[in-house]
Amino acid sequence: MIQQHLSILLVVIPLLAAPIVAMLRGSRLPWLLTLLITWVCFALAGIQLWTVATHGTISYELGGWEPPWGIEYRIDALNAFIALIVAGIAALTMSYAFRSVEKEIRSEKTPLFYTAFLLCMTGLLGITQTGDAFNVFVFLEISSLSTYALISMGRDRRALTAAFSYLIMGTIGATFFLIGVGLLYSVTGTLNMVDLAERIPQVSSMRTLHTAFAFIVVGVSLKLALFPLHLWLPNAYTFAPSIVTVFIAATSTKVAIYVLARFIFTVFGADFAFGVMPTTWLLVPLAIIGLLSASAVAIGQNKIKRMLAYSSVAQIGYMVLGIGMATSAGLTAALLHVFNHALMKAALFMALGAVFYRFGSVYLDDMRGLGKRMPWTMGAFVAGGLSLIGVPLTVGFISKWHLILAAIELGWWPVVVAIVVGSLLAIVYIWRVVEVAYFQEGKSNERCEAPLSMLVPMWALVGANIWFGVDTRLTVGMAQHAAQLLMGVSP
Amino acid sequence: MTELIFGHYNYWIVIFLMMTGFYTVISRGNLIKKIAGLNIFQASVFLMYITMGNVKGGTTPIIAEGFEVYSNPLNHVLILTAIVVGVATTAVGLALSVRIKEAYGTIEEDEIHAQDESL
Repeated sequence: MIQQHLSILLVVIPLLAAPIVAMLRGSRLPWLLTLLITWVCFALAGIQLWTVATHGTISYELGGWEPPWGIEYRIDALNAFIALIVAGIAALTMSYAFRSVEKEIRSEKTPLFYTAFLLCMTGLLGITQTGDAFNVFVFLEISSLSTYALISMGRDRRALTAAFSYLIMGTIGATFFLIGVGLLYSVTGTLNMVDLAERIPQVSSMRTLHTAFAFIVVGVSLKLALFPLHLWLPNAYTFAPSIVTVFIAATSTKVAIYVLARFIFTVFGADFAFGVMPTTWLLVPLAIIGLLSASAVAIGQNKIKRMLAYSSVAQIGYMVLGIGMATSAGLTAALLHVFNHALMKAALFMALGAVFYRFGSVYLDDMRGLGKRMPWTMGAFVAGGLSLIGVPLTVGFISKWHLILAAIELGWWPVVVAIVVGSLLAIVYIWRVVEVAYFQEGKSNERCEAPLSMLVPMWALVGANIWFGVDTRLTVGMAQHAAQLLMGVSP
Repeated sequence: MTELIFGHYNYWIVIFLMMTGFYTVISRGNLIKKIAGLNIFQASVFLMYITMGNVKGGTTPIIAEGFEVYSNPLNHVLILTAIVVGVATTAVGLALSVRIKEAYGTIEEDEIHAQDESL
């Protein structure tokens, strides 16, 4: 019975758990229930991935209504992959969360915090599961609204203005997406993604369709923080509570990348998106400018959280670059980087969260001598940083390698140079932290390590970083399978 | 020419409202005005969906005796969902404005920036 309703359970379970958690009191019970729910969802996502790998695409009709009249939850290799990432990061984040939330969130608000977290997870999983274009908008707004609430719970009052400007920009982006879906519906008469894919080639010369494509791409680009639509990201990541930054840095932009890939390749088809519309000329230059400028700005930051936020904008540039290449190799590299970046950034922000837990500050100057005082935490930071740079034996190397291979396959040598320069810039900003932590003397030398509940998930992620950097069959296989599926579906 | 302007007057209204709302969001510094602009912007999108769904000679999409042609009901359903989303966004935005007023003492964007810059 569970197997049959797997795809809807992934969305319904956190949704139903959210009001239950809101009614609980204290700080331990809400956390325990949320922890249970996230691990259950992780297990379900794993079963779903296995089911898709063995039985092919899952098609689930909501309420028994046949598509295209009813809403369809359509899970193929790409969906299942992204859903696993979201559920996995949520499970690890919740395992890490208890101490961090105790310190940073006001105690009377703790149950509401966990409620908003569950709603955010519902929204993100709903986006990955659905096969209906309007349903994507609904879940996109569910996840966005809960993210605004989560960010505003930060201690610094600038968290409020960061959440407000994210609200304004995010709603504009989602409304652009809504306009695009409306225009799509007006020319094709359907909202189901597979049905749209069949009907779009017949109307591909209509200007309404081109406008719909433009609105959808711009709306989603705002959500995934493509340069120059990334202005909400640095403030939102910096002033949010540490645990919120861990979760949204590793999931929300990745899901937006999934939506972009889904609409460009499955709904509109690569022939239309890259043949009729100049999408490559939009995505690739913006991606390159984004990755170079964001890496450069990251170097100048003194607040490490902000530095990693700009680094996230740069990494998103890499992913969009892979999508813009419009080849199977480029798409494989982009999907690999989605998985790898989730692992890297979650580990890095978890390490920062542990530093904040012990010292209450994430400024560079306050991190002097931390290498001796928090060896395990800074070790995790260094491992994540090496992955960000793309050192061999880490997962970051694998995705950068595939991206360079894809660029060479197309003969785009300037792009290869840009990717390598991006890595060099990453070396500079990671080295700044390593130098201060390991080579400068702090005020005291006593050991002040993070609690075990924070160290274990952090090092689980670091271990995954290194494991998937050495044994790449699983991730590269999944990414290649998903990429071929996306390229093959296009007419 | 007249066909372009008067035949499609509903779409011209949508465009006018959309640009008004969008311009208000960008140009006004008061947080409440930004939220109001966002609402106008979203309302124009709702209007676009609903006018798209109207069928010439069609009646309200409720089954009744003696009527053959109905307007498209799906657009109305989509817009109900989108209106709820809009209301929720407005609620969160206004709640944030209240908290910002408590924390900063003002809801003018430039004064908030000035207070943050001085840190």
